[in-house]
Amino acid sequence: MSTTEEPRHRAAQEATEPAGPESGAESGARKRRPRRSFLPYGMILPAAALELLIHIVPMILGIYIAFTSLTQLTIRNWTSAPFVGLENFVQGLDPGGALGSDLFQSLFRTTVYTALVVGLSWALGMAAAVSLNTRFRGRGVLRTLFLVPYALPVYVAAIIWAFMFNQRDGMINRLLVQDLGLVDDRPFWLIGENAFWVLVIVSVWRLWPFAFLMLLAALQSIPEDMYEAAAIDGASTWKRFTRITLPMVRSANAVVLLVMGLWTFNEFNIPFLLFGDTSPDSARLISPFIYEHSFVNWNFGLGAAMSVLLLIALIIASAVYVRLVLPKGRGND
Amino acid sequence: MTETPGFRWFRRITLTFLTVFTVMPLYVLVVTSVKPLEDVRGLFTWLPDRLTFRPYVEMWSTIPLARYLTNSLVVTVTATVLALMIAILAAYPLARLRFRGKRVFSMTVLSTQMFPGILFLLPLFLIFVQLEEILGIQFTGSYTGLIITYLTFALPFSIWMLAGYFQAIPEGLEEAAMIDGTSRIGALFRVILPVARPGILAVGVFAFITAWGEVLFASVLTDTETRTLSIGLKLYTSQVDTLWNQLLAASLTISLPVIVAFILVQRHLVSGLSAGAVK
Repeated sequence: MSTTEEPRHRAAQEATEPAGPESGAESGARKRRPRRSFLPYGMILPAAALELLIHIVPMILGIYIAFTSLTQLTIRNWTSAPFVGLENFVQGLDPGGALGSDLFQSLFRTTVYTALVVGLSWALGMAAAVSLNTRFRGRGVLRTLFLVPYALPVYVAAIIWAFMFNQRDGMINRLLVQDLGLVDDRPFWLIGENAFWVLVIVSVWRLWPFAFLMLLAALQSIPEDMYEAAAIDGASTWKRFTRITLPMVRSANAVVLLVMGLWTFNEFNIPFLLFGDTSPDSARLISPFIYEHSFVNWNFGLGAAMSVLLLIALIIASAVYVRLVLPKGRGND
Repeated sequence: MTETPGFRWFRRITLTFLTVFTVMPLYVLVVTSVKPLEDVRGLFTWLPDRLTFRPYVEMWSTIPLARYLTNSLVVTVTATVLALMIAILAAYPLARLRFRGKRVFSMTVLSTQMFPGILFLLPLFLIFVQLEEILGIQFTGSYTGLIITYLTFALPFSIWMLAGYFQAIPEGLEEAAMIDGTSRIGALFRVILPVARPGILAVGVFAFITAWGEVLFASVLTDTETRTLSIGLKLYTSQVDTLWNQLLAASLTISLPVIVAFILVQRHLVSGLSAGAVK
């Protein structure tokens, strides 16, 4: 994650002044006002204090809880919940046990879900961004329209889709059975195997505008004359896309994919809103799975242990991603 | 850029598909909100047999919608404004000043994006309860806890985007102001902020949308009085039935202001993003 900002730094510096404007300003400021050294700390203090209170300390406490047997019986007096060492982790991780195999299944399912949702959202976002980066009538209207699913509160999006998929006589079944005649018997969508695909569709509907927005912004910073030069050289549209567009949005792409991947892997809202407290087996993502064990089965210690495992998995995945995708961003400071 | 026929077809197909995909749920939202409940219950109809605006009247009395709306507005607006102020202060030194611990700070802030919300939901609740006993300030079931939580959620992304945005502003602007005797803070407020307005607007919109749609923490940190929309809307569903027409009418009503605001700033959003963060 750390290295994701480096290409940005580089690009931003190049955009202003190639000769490292940062160091120049800093030495200038120091010459003028030597007392300034406290200023940066004063300025980051509120942000640092809040991050500490809301993110860091709760996370450390969460890790501690993972080593205790905190349940609804001990929650009132949680500081004295018995310490059980690695028991929760052993229980959660044992692939032979019922819980462990459920957990690994859920992790696998979440991985497939993330790959599908991020891949489709990126593809749709990129296709739309490339299309709308050209001039034609109605372009402004479409750009605005495409951003609506992202501006919509996530629970409203989930409510609408739940209504469309919900009853046996919802809009989707009306379309598939009555209007198009593709399916004979009206399928159930929010239970059974279909639930997974509902989850993917709703998530993509909500996420692709984000990819579109970020990629459109990145496309607009590509100088027009690069395309003109390529066109004069006779490069095809596809060549121009792979040789100019993709390399130019490379760092934006890297960031967009990482952010979307993390959001999607941790997705809780959409399954929770579509399915309620307990997701159907086919669509049980990891966050709702942990929620179920923490707040439906009241085993907080176990839930915390599984969240720690999730965090470790995410850190490893991000580290691998950063190494593979951003090799040029490393060793550059 | 010259357009080949192939590209034009690609564009036509892409945009048609995406338009249908985007519009279909929005159409269902609108059309269902103007149907009487009996017509919503049966097989879905593309056009309303009978048109009624009663759901838009009844939705206010079925549940205390106005109160939930007020709660959401208070929490979201306060969190957004505070998040912007704090993020501007933190982003500036990251973009312009050199100091020890800068990398550690920016890395820590960014890595919090990775934390699964589910990991610190319960610990945060326990910390808030503990703080209530020590400080005597109500954190759970009040606006305070939710505001602090949401504003912190918005911070990493806001700081990151603003720092990129500030960096893209030529240093000369501030230098000139500082030579004229303005302090660094003065230069930040009088020179940088006006120039960075589109970027700040874009960040504000992101912070607002994040807080307006949050579900998980709202479900734990609010009570019946301070419940926000994300939780309150569930009350249109009773054990036997869901008042879908009222639920969708309410959904549309509370989404419209956000969508309008988003549409108004989207031009700045794209230019703000392309000048700053995503280079």
